[in-house]
Amino acid sequence: MDLIAEIEAEQIASLGKEIPDFKPGDTVRVGYKVTEGTRSRVQNFEGVCISRKNGGGIAGTFTVRKISFGEGVERVFPLYSTNIDSITVVRRGKVRRAKLYYLRSRRGKSARIAEQTNYRAPKPKSAQL
Amino acid sequence: MRSGVIARKVGMTRLFMEDGRQVPVTVLQLDKLQVVAQRTPDRDGYSAVQLGAGTSKVKRVSQPMRGHFAKAKVEPKRKLAEFRVDPANLIDVGEEITADHYFEGQFVDISGTSIGKGFAGAMKRHNFRGLEATHGVSISHRSHGSTGQCQDPGRVFKGKKMAGHMGAVRVTTQNLQVVKTDAERGVIMIKGAVPGPKGGWVTVKDAVKKPTPENLILPAALKSAAEEAKRQAEEAAAQAAAEEEEARRAAEEAAAAEQEAALKEAEADIEAQKEAEESSDQSPEKKEGE
Repeated sequence: MDLIAEIEAEQIASLGKEIPDFKPGDTVRVGYKVTEGTRSRVQNFEGVCISRKNGGGIAGTFTVRKISFGEGVERVFPLYSTNIDSITVVRRGKVRRAKLYYLRSRRGKSARIAEQTNYRAPKPKSAQL
Repeated sequence: MRSGVIARKVGMTRLFMEDGRQVPVTVLQLDKLQVVAQRTPDRDGYSAVQLGAGTSKVKRVSQPMRGHFAKAKVEPKRKLAEFRVDPANLIDVGEEITADHYFEGQFVDISGTSIGKGFAGAMKRHNFRGLEATHGVSISHRSHGSTGQCQDPGRVFKGKKMAGHMGAVRVTTQNLQVVKTDAERGVIMIKGAVPGPKGGWVTVKDAVKKPTPENLILPAALKSAAEEAKRQAEEAAAQAAAEEEEARRAAEEAAAAEQEAALKEAEADIEAQKEAEESSDQSPEKKEGE
């Protein structure tokens, strides 16, 4: 293993985060830590994951899109950000693309995603890359 | 002024901090960084240390350089560089410098050879805006414009920014911050980017445009010093352990002695009692006998 991979693996281990298995098309709820002045609280952001980038490593990110007050809102979260309190999968979606950017140009009925009913959790990897 | 270090650029990654910040870092590695030669004011007219880093095969090292390395009693190095230092901060030949040389949060200047871009046009090389896409411009959309005036001066001034070779020159980036060091692996993590490609050699020096920090290690963070400190710590620990053992033994002995004394006393008591009993036994006998 090269030095960079080693350092990244160590950091992932030290962060001790548990990332659930989720894919583009899944509806996820992200608990994001917000600091207002001195107080800090957890804000939930729930929407459809429309893309995952840069793999499952330390550099990985995912994009969540939701419609808020009739306006599409997208947020990009780093997978291993220390600001993320929790990630929970609310619904598994059935999609045929890795990036669901086509949802941006759709509204309402045509922006729905069918639910995947036969979801099976993947076998746990011995060492996450 | 103290010595800098030669490091190899390993690559970039990111660190997530506890407070939610995310810091992009360049990972530099020190690889068998040793002092190969000294330059002294008496002999050379200036004071500096020559450091060497990496390893190179003996058969690929020229005969004169083999002699140079042999004189310093170090393995042949891949990269050599000189660092000007104060005469007081000269380091002995053969000493190895560790990554503890820099502390977290310190500012450093890093020099390296930038990635070569080959023959580049004026737009890429000097950020010119090129010519227009339409309005009669043909073929020369990415060219530079005019290069000068007319018959007077009748020439192009020297230093005019034009297309040409770009990159592969020595570049220094100043005031980069050290985020983390790891002496065991010889790793220094620097916030942000560092000139040069992955695997390239860079030199790291204390920042010249910041006040000198007080907690610098002078003349350098040496492996021998670290080992010495470790040995001393171990010795002290061993001594403390020995003292504790001694104290424990003494206490044990004292306790044993006390116990023995108590036992003896008890025995003596028992004896005395016995004697007393015997005497009391005897006395009635005597009485009886009488």
